[in-house]
Amino acid sequence: MNGVELAFVLVGAVALGSGFLVVTTTRIVHSALWLAVCLGAVAGCFLLLTAELLAWVQLLIYVGAVVVLVLFALMLTRAPIGPTPGAPRGRVFLAAGVATATALVLLGTLLAGMGDEVVDLDGTGVGDGEAVGSALFRGWVLPFELLSVLLLAALVGAIVLSRRRQDEDGR
Amino acid sequence: MRLALPLVVSALLFAMGVFGVLVRRNAVLVLMSVELMLNAANLNLVAFDAWWSDTLHGGQVMTLFVITIAAAEVGLGLAIVLKVFRTRGTSDLDDLGLLNERAETEQLAEFDGDGPQRDLRSEAGTPDVTEPEATR
Repeated sequence: MNGVELAFVLVGAVALGSGFLVVTTTRIVHSALWLAVCLGAVAGCFLLLTAELLAWVQLLIYVGAVVVLVLFALMLTRAPIGPTPGAPRGRVFLAAGVATATALVLLGTLLAGMGDEVVDLDGTGVGDGEAVGSALFRGWVLPFELLSVLLLAALVGAIVLSRRRQDEDGR
Repeated sequence: MRLALPLVVSALLFAMGVFGVLVRRNAVLVLMSVELMLNAANLNLVAFDAWWSDTLHGGQVMTLFVITIAAAEVGLGLAIVLKVFRTRGTSDLDDLGLLNERAETEQLAEFDGDGPQRDLRSEAGTPDVTEPEATR
């Protein structure tokens, strides 16, 4: 195991540990904060896999915007600060069973198919702004423009949904 | 670097997202678990991009698109959650069973905001329509 693999194992362990806390902690706000740690660790994984631009995008959009948005939503829906009662025990066991089955299927498929492959990190080009930018604006221009329309639609939709109308004041 | 490492991390992260979606009751927390699953998919895309040594960087560009769509999704999702909270007074998914046929009557009574009155009326067994005929 070389240095990069060791670093990846450490960052991946942080991502998995904080991800586990996101779905199991009883305090809702703590869950959102652990989500920030988990997404930051995934950004570290991106960085180790030579996706340099994506790591910064992940930090800016996920940790910077999405987690803050989630925290605002938790405050606006008056989420309790203290511990909340968890789900019934039967549902926890059912969900754990489904999640374990999902993990087994995914791990089995991926490791059986590509378990022995090695990523040649020196041979692959670094995904910095120049490489991703030229790929984006040469081969992926149409999806890129479509996404800008999607973002505009989402913006307008979010404003319309969260606007309080005059005639339905009490609702 | 062995390709198995990112694959294992992403598979376990995805399974945690599935667990969170199934077990959480708060709608915002369910959205957060969906974010975990999207991140697992992103990790896979980036890992396969590096493994393939893709000069067009298809995996990374796709990850960029997924991040954008996730941002739009979480914005709209949270707007819907806020709207639901404003109309129903809760964001607990167990209480939002209006389309569930088993709990149909109770939920409808709750939704009208006069649950107790409606319950009394139904217990009395005299619907409003028949009353004028009786008095006539």
